[in-house]
Amino acid sequence: MSTRLFGEPVARREDGRLVTGQGRYLDDLGHDALAAAFVRSPHAHARIRDIDVSAALDADGLVAIYTYEDLPERVRDPLPLLIPHPALTHGRTAYPLARDVVRHVGEPVVMVVARDRYLAEDAAALIEVDYEQLKPVVGVEEAVQGAHLVHQDVPGNVGAHLVQEVPSPGGAGAEQEVDAAPHRLSFRLDIERSASMPLEGRGVYARWDADDGSLRVYSSTQTSTSVRMAVAAKLGLPLPKVEVIAPDVGGGFGVKIVHPWPEEVLVPWAAMLLGREVKWTEDRREHFVASAHERAQVQQVRVGFDDEGRVLGLSVTILHDHGAYTPYGIIVPIITATQLLGPYKIGAYRVEFSSIYTNTVQVTPYRGAGRPQAVFCMERTMDKIAAYLGRDRAQVRAANFIQPDEFPYDQGLLFQDGRPLIYDSGDYPESLRLLKELVGWDDFHEVKAEAARHGRRLGIGIGCYVEGTGVGPYEGGHVQVTSDGRVHVSTGLTSQGQGHETVFAQIAATELGVPLDRVSVVTGDTRRFGYAVGTFASRAAVLSGNAIALACRKVREKALRVAAEALEADPRDLEIEDGVVRVAGNPGAGVPLATVAVLSNPLRYAFDEEAVRATQFAGTADLSRPPVDDGDEPGLEGRDYYSPVRSTFASGMHAAVVETDPDTAEIRILRYAVVHDCGRMINPMIVEGQIHGGVAQGVGGALYERMVYDGHGQLLNASFMDFLMPYATEVPYIQTAHLETPSPLNPLGIKGAGEAGVIPVSAVIASAVEDAEGIPVDRMPISPSELHELRRTSRR
Amino acid sequence: MSGKRGWPVGEALHEVSLTVNGVVRQARVPARRLLSDFLRHDLGLTGTHVGCEHGVCGCCTVLLDGAPVRSCLTFAVTVAGQEITTVEGLAGPDGEPSPVQRAFAECHALQCGFCTPGFLCTVTALLRDNPEPDELHIVEGISGNLCRCTGYQNIVKAVGRAAELAREGGEGTA
Amino acid sequence: MKPPPFDYHAPHDLDEALAVLAGTGGDGKVLAGGQSLIPLMNMRLAAPAHLVDINRLAGLATVEAGADGVRVGALARHAEVERSERVAQVQPLLRSALGHVAHPVIRNRGTVVGSLAHADPSAELPAVLAVLGGSVRVARHGAPPRDVPAGEFFLGPLEPALAPGELAVSAFFPAVPPRTGTAFVEVARRHGDYAMAGVAAVVTLDDDQRIAAALVACVSAGPVPVVLDLTAACGRRPAASTDWAAVAAEVRDRVDPDGDIHATAGYRRHLTGVLARRALRIAAAEAAGEYGWTDER
Repeated sequence: MSTRLFGEPVARREDGRLVTGQGRYLDDLGHDALAAAFVRSPHAHARIRDIDVSAALDADGLVAIYTYEDLPERVRDPLPLLIPHPALTHGRTAYPLARDVVRHVGEPVVMVVARDRYLAEDAAALIEVDYEQLKPVVGVEEAVQGAHLVHQDVPGNVGAHLVQEVPSPGGAGAEQEVDAAPHRLSFRLDIERSASMPLEGRGVYARWDADDGSLRVYSSTQTSTSVRMAVAAKLGLPLPKVEVIAPDVGGGFGVKIVHPWPEEVLVPWAAMLLGREVKWTEDRREHFVASAHERAQVQQVRVGFDDEGRVLGLSVTILHDHGAYTPYGIIVPIITATQLLGPYKIGAYRVEFSSIYTNTVQVTPYRGAGRPQAVFCMERTMDKIAAYLGRDRAQVRAANFIQPDEFPYDQGLLFQDGRPLIYDSGDYPESLRLLKELVGWDDFHEVKAEAARHGRRLGIGIGCYVEGTGVGPYEGGHVQVTSDGRVHVSTGLTSQGQGHETVFAQIAATELGVPLDRVSVVTGDTRRFGYAVGTFASRAAVLSGNAIALACRKVREKALRVAAEALEADPRDLEIEDGVVRVAGNPGAGVPLATVAVLSNPLRYAFDEEAVRATQFAGTADLSRPPVDDGDEPGLEGRDYYSPVRSTFASGMHAAVVETDPDTAEIRILRYAVVHDCGRMINPMIVEGQIHGGVAQGVGGALYERMVYDGHGQLLNASFMDFLMPYATEVPYIQTAHLETPSPLNPLGIKGAGEAGVIPVSAVIASAVEDAEGIPVDRMPISPSELHELRRTSRR
Repeated sequence: MSGKRGWPVGEALHEVSLTVNGVVRQARVPARRLLSDFLRHDLGLTGTHVGCEHGVCGCCTVLLDGAPVRSCLTFAVTVAGQEITTVEGLAGPDGEPSPVQRAFAECHALQCGFCTPGFLCTVTALLRDNPEPDELHIVEGISGNLCRCTGYQNIVKAVGRAAELAREGGEGTA
Repeated sequence: MKPPPFDYHAPHDLDEALAVLAGTGGDGKVLAGGQSLIPLMNMRLAAPAHLVDINRLAGLATVEAGADGVRVGALARHAEVERSERVAQVQPLLRSALGHVAHPVIRNRGTVVGSLAHADPSAELPAVLAVLGGSVRVARHGAPPRDVPAGEFFLGPLEPALAPGELAVSAFFPAVPPRTGTAFVEVARRHGDYAMAGVAAVVTLDDDQRIAAALVACVSAGPVPVVLDLTAACGRRPAASTDWAAVAAEVRDRVDPDGDIHATAGYRRHLTGVLARRALRIAAAEAAGEYGWTDER
């Protein structure tokens, strides 16, 4: 039986429990826990004059009501600003419960704890908060006028301002290059808000063990280790007395990387105070107004180019809407600014962004994290250049590509991790060739003309991207082989549906030469692994995957050493196959890993058959050496970390064929093609699943989803009735092709794959609709109503 | 008794008895207890998930007398005496996963798994009513269930595969 | 998102239901399928003091299709009506409209009469009842039931002609007269969503295959289903020579939809015209005995 499982479409090990209802998500735990609910601000901007809880005090099942005034030191402090940056001169975070001023609809004001959630909501409804309404600030362009302020001490509502500039090889600045270029264009682009919107909302469940002085917290999070550190610090508990576990997580897509959420501080605090288990399960309405959104930007572009369409100078100015607070710093606009160049060599580049406060839900990364906006900008630019020159859109892109022999390619920018943005590998011309073939690019004009003869309007669009994945600082892996021959793998980062239990097991099984079913994987449980960063930035496979491989290599080395002694062989002659260490080419002589595990531990109580069996290998003890040698450890286990010197850059190209209805302006995607390169694939089935899901979210962002705020800062579509996530009926069939350009940066040669699918979709659909209609599409998403209005206004 | 006049102390409880996955189960609950919460919190069958509580996402779909319905848009007391099948009841009597369950795993039709129980119940009924659906019927049949992870392509594939498995096994899917 | 408490009543027959409803003094709501009411309660946008659950009134779970039309009882689910071949024969418009009502799973629980009593101008069934000139039978405790014509039943958005204590026990959808075709078309943002615009059309031909009557009801085009008689606009010509564009223009001019976050008023108006044209052409073709038109976009 082969143990080369790396690269195979192995069936997922998670699915057995998930298809039988045996998964355990946050709200499935804590059957007897008290329930928390929150009174949240109905206003976008208001001063709290008074909170009257008296009517709620007699509510059935009420246990406790807390306002800001009730919170102790540390708990009452503003939530941490996770990722400070010198350009974020005016970072602001919320209090866990509002103090004096609320800055968006949905901000928590009062916490209620009751016997169950029904009763908690009953009590919450009886609490009266008296607000003095303040002028809300909505929309970045209104906000930068500075007439009204979200935070009184942030002038002009500007939280951050950053300029990055990469001069041309000749030393000229981007503006200068644009001015000097043979052709110039300038235009404005808009992208609206969407959100991660996992089907499981957030949730926290805490148990305080007063006898042990310890706290166990379950959270539907993308980072249990960091929630643990935050909770321990906020509650003043020693770190070893706090454990945080991410159970099965029903999707994250970015929103669950933010931490600690107010509820992640308040629920454990209440559990300690009350000496009772407390649980809060976010409902859908709360998720809309009290978690996080992303995407909204206004971009001003100036570009100069030559007759071939080669970009000589590009200058982009971005207004980024970061909502009411900046707990996650300015990661999103930094990524937009630095990933904008995609697979292209640009003569000179200047990017300037201002990150702006508005009285809306805070903006933190959602799958793609600033890249969809970046790619929208760059790819719209490419299309406009092609249109201006009357050239083929693919050809203009090809003219700008970085060539395969130019790697590593330094874009001259600082990436989100503060490290140089250097592309490690890729093959963009080959990607484009594959894509054109897959979608039938070169013949499309015939298809289009034929359709037109039947009164149908078709268009084709294209979008290319490069995605920095696998950012540091590190992840770790721990691998233990127990005396029953089982392999226990753990890593600190979490999973929210990507199949980590499967891919990490594939890596361990391959590295150790054991059957897959002997490997078990635990993620996101601080009881098993304490140091981790989290699951975001398409980093899990790259970081934890490599860390686990390195840990396995340590285990393997020890296993060979121990087995070599038992077999009286040279470790270099040994191999592990099907869980047995044997002399290569000699199937007879071997010792199972289970036995090696026993031999690795000089404490030889014969608890099981393996230990009994192992005694036959117990050689004469060298009495001059201690039972555990210096530098050695008992047991067959290994721990290692992978810390990348910098990010690895995946890439891809998408194309779509759309049909627009000449009468109703409905937009239908007829074909969708993806070429994707994430280096070596651990499990192609899972990679493909990630792409499908990403594209579907991209389709949502391109044609359906938006957060509609009115001028009062009210979110008008805070329900699944009106926030239109695509159903099966809205998502096209997706054709995929893979290119595997290994990353030279890590032992496994892999790159991240989680976010890729979503990144270019808005750009691709805009390109295709523009091609079908012959009208510039500069604002996404686009609905039939908007296309109708575009047609009307362009006719004038 | 209405919200504006203050909440009741000690809301009236109703004895609700249902046959769930073939077993008679009962609990005393207020009339407002949603079937989803009744199953999850009163009976401990947490396989039925709650994703929106306004009937759009389909995560909470269960079979009521064989027909898929939203358990978040049903009061438990309303369906007293009726038969419910949840995801925990889809496997065969010996615990053998149903063709639909097997097909979903085989085709990678789930990622985070949160929407999956609702899809499994919906598809189980779909294939019972139409054992050989074409792709249009499949897409229409699952069109009331949201999935945020898979992009649906593998779910559509899994429904077709489940139909095949059911035919191969010569058995029904319910 | 948990519903507020209420007093629960589960009557076993109609008399008991009406008596209970009468006793709630106007602070009671009827619970049938609950697919519109319960979301509102879960969001605490509705908080009825009393809920009268009619799900045990088996006598209301009826679908009767006779020569003169289809009578649907208050407990008949959308799915039952949609599946009934007899209903499809007597009044095909019902099946074509029901296919657009939310999603199949919702239709398993939601009721036709409940949808009418919800009186949402964006919903399909009120338009169907209106264009067919159907009626709703309304009962109250201690009085004989009365039939309210569709034209009088829909008073405004979510405002049916139901007084406190009254229960809509059934709805009647008249059969298609001879030489008559029907069609229902709509455009929604996503499949199964409320329509941005929709049109139910009924076209009757005379013995010479000329248009004798043409009627549409427009969805999401006003506070109630907007019924327009287009007979004159069609000009008693054969369908093939009718100026459908002019007829559609008349529809466009006569509706006055509101804009919302999904569609501007102007787009809805435009779309209503486009859909009226499509629906009328399909209905006229069907009336003329030409089938296979229903796939026309």
